Amino acid sequence: MTDAAELKRRTAELLAAYPPATTDRLDFLQARFDAGLAWVHYPEGLGGLGVPRSLQAVVDAELADSGAPDNDPRRIGIGLGMAAPTILQYGTEEQKQRFLRPLWVGEEVWCQLFSEPGAGSDLAALGTRAVREGEDWVVNGQKVWTSSAHLARWAILIARTDPEVPKHAGITYFLCDMTDPGVEVRPLRQITGEAEFNEVFLTNVRIPDSRRLGEVGNGWRVAQTTLNNERVAIGGMRLPREGGMIGPVSKTWRERPELRTPDLHQRLLGLWVESEVARLTAERLRQQLVAGQPGYEGSGMKLSFARLNQEISGLEVELRGEEGLLYDDWTMRRPELVDFTGRDAGYRYLRSKGNSIEGGTSEVLLNIVAERVLGLPAEPRTDKDVAWKDLAR
Amino acid sequence: MTDLLYSEEEEALRSAVRDLLTDHCDAASVITRTESDAPHDLSLWKSLADGMGLAGLLVPEDKGGQGATHREVAVVLEELGRAVAPVPYLTSAVVATEALLACDADDLLVELASGRRIGALAVALNVAPGGSFKTVRLEDGFLYGELTGVADAAVADVLLVPGEDGGLYAVDASEVTVTPQVALDLTRPLATVSFDGARARLVGDGGPAVRRALRAGAGLLASEQLGLSDWTLTETVRYLKERKQFNRPVGGFQALKHRLAQLWLEVVNLRAAARNAADALATGEDTDVAVAVAQAYAARVAVHAAEEAVQLHGGLGMTWEHPVHLYLKRAKADSIAYGTAGAHRAELAELVDLQAP
Repeated sequence: MTDAAELKRRTAELLAAYPPATTDRLDFLQARFDAGLAWVHYPEGLGGLGVPRSLQAVVDAELADSGAPDNDPRRIGIGLGMAAPTILQYGTEEQKQRFLRPLWVGEEVWCQLFSEPGAGSDLAALGTRAVREGEDWVVNGQKVWTSSAHLARWAILIARTDPEVPKHAGITYFLCDMTDPGVEVRPLRQITGEAEFNEVFLTNVRIPDSRRLGEVGNGWRVAQTTLNNERVAIGGMRLPREGGMIGPVSKTWRERPELRTPDLHQRLLGLWVESEVARLTAERLRQQLVAGQPGYEGSGMKLSFARLNQEISGLEVELRGEEGLLYDDWTMRRPELVDFTGRDAGYRYLRSKGNSIEGGTSEVLLNIVAERVLGLPAEPRTDKDVAWKDLAR
Repeated sequence: MTDLLYSEEEEALRSAVRDLLTDHCDAASVITRTESDAPHDLSLWKSLADGMGLAGLLVPEDKGGQGATHREVAVVLEELGRAVAPVPYLTSAVVATEALLACDADDLLVELASGRRIGALAVALNVAPGGSFKTVRLEDGFLYGELTGVADAAVADVLLVPGEDGGLYAVDASEVTVTPQVALDLTRPLATVSFDGARARLVGDGGPAVRRALRAGAGLLASEQLGLSDWTLTETVRYLKERKQFNRPVGGFQALKHRLAQLWLEVVNLRAAARNAADALATGEDTDVAVAVAQAYAARVAVHAAEEAVQLHGGLGMTWEHPVHLYLKRAKADSIAYGTAGAHRAELAELVDLQAP
């Protein structure tokens, strides 16, 4: 039985064999992966030790005090949060051995080729086609809203392999090589002026059948693993008081008394209270996960933070008065990391508009809460028994 | 870090209280009772206080209590809120008890803790912690004057009365005239208390005792509001799965589903805020902020939940027979009790240094 004490012992061993001060960053991360201390709930041999996820905190606490490098999780969030758990659940032994280690250490960045111009909230209606030719699949289509595509070595991809059956049944999940000559990545400029996302055009991209994840036609179910993990990742953060979007505007309020008005004061206090309550809800969710009582609250956290980010940043633009009429810089840029609280209030206001769209729109999330948490009936559907090729578009 | 969950013992306590309320506090009899001569359910109070020992949760064991904390009291209040139970628990076992804990009157504390006597703080229900409150005149040691809006005064055996000299006085109910007021909330009756030469005993310093009592009342009221909100949401969802119009369950319409999902999210948030306030009262850490945050948030949720319940029950929601109106009236009265959200926001502005213009 591996308990907290054993994990501390193993972490100490790792630090002794690979002192962070004198070890190359990548060497250290690979050694940590090989010691099973990368993600302890993963199986042995794949970066973990098969112990409860809550014990990761023990390893992280030991490493935090040692000056050890981390794997820069924000840079490889899609790989860690979405690709890895899906590969773990559905991958062949060969796929797990090939992909998980370079993914976790950050040698290989991943992106997600799911959304399409014609398949947003109705993702299962996607039209990117994959046709079998010998040992390969030949893929053609267009994907959109792909963050990190310009940095990624690999992508998780869902494509239509059978247009003759209803939409959910004809999808297959693939691991796509982003260096394939048929993959073209174009920046997609957003309302902020920068291009954090991409459009990805797939033209006769050849994917060997050995990079199919799960059975042919089972891609929708495989994708659920990916999307459920996305929501867990969004719900699991721990913030200090004023740690989110409310922080910058509170600071401005304290430092700039000349900007204060009674109306803004009441609205600021209301949003401060809501931010603090949302923070407590996130903390309660975290405590539930640690105690092994997973709750449904995670589905709600993204809804709260999206709305609060938008309202608070909107208030801050207004608070700034004449300065609120200005914008820091419209220059087209390609940021490597998304920072919701970076840059000026105007940027925060515009960027936060995406918070209620990306990773499931707020409208879809409300449906999910209503149906899965409250058990209310689903809308009557007209698309369930119709072949994909016959759907209205 | 604050513990925001419920312990196994707290869940066991919840089940015991819920079982009792299921058996002895059904909605129909609560509605009937509101227009009877005895709007309070003293038999239910006896089961809670005497039978289960819940009146003394906040009182140390050496003073006749259970030596528990605000966390357990909060769980009891969630259940009492779910049932809109007409018992003087918040007023006697929390507010009057907290006031006595700040005074030197162990004999009274023992009596309140046992549930044999009911106490009421003679301060209007709308007063916020730190807010100003009315007092009575003192002449030769006797009390003169009138105080209004005193919750559960009709069943109080002892009143804790702020005097104009800054003292807090214990007054036996037989010394005063208690006149019921017609209250918006039918399940937490209010009364006017008149003093005309009432004999009184000085038990402590009024300012700090009242402030402490109202702070605990405000913080734990959030748990009652959580219970109210939880019941109205659950009951509305249940009803909308059953109710059919246009050949479909009404709960399948997206316009209603989104409203209920939104409400669920608010209830989830309120649970975190209420647990945080209860825990902060128990540990004494960051208590003022935790209570103010909970009360600045809870009223909106409870009122919203009750208003949605009335609307989504359609015509049924407007009937005297359906219990949802009891929840609406309690929720609206609770939004004023122990300070409005606005009063608590103003308190927060000072506490977290977001000063007014």
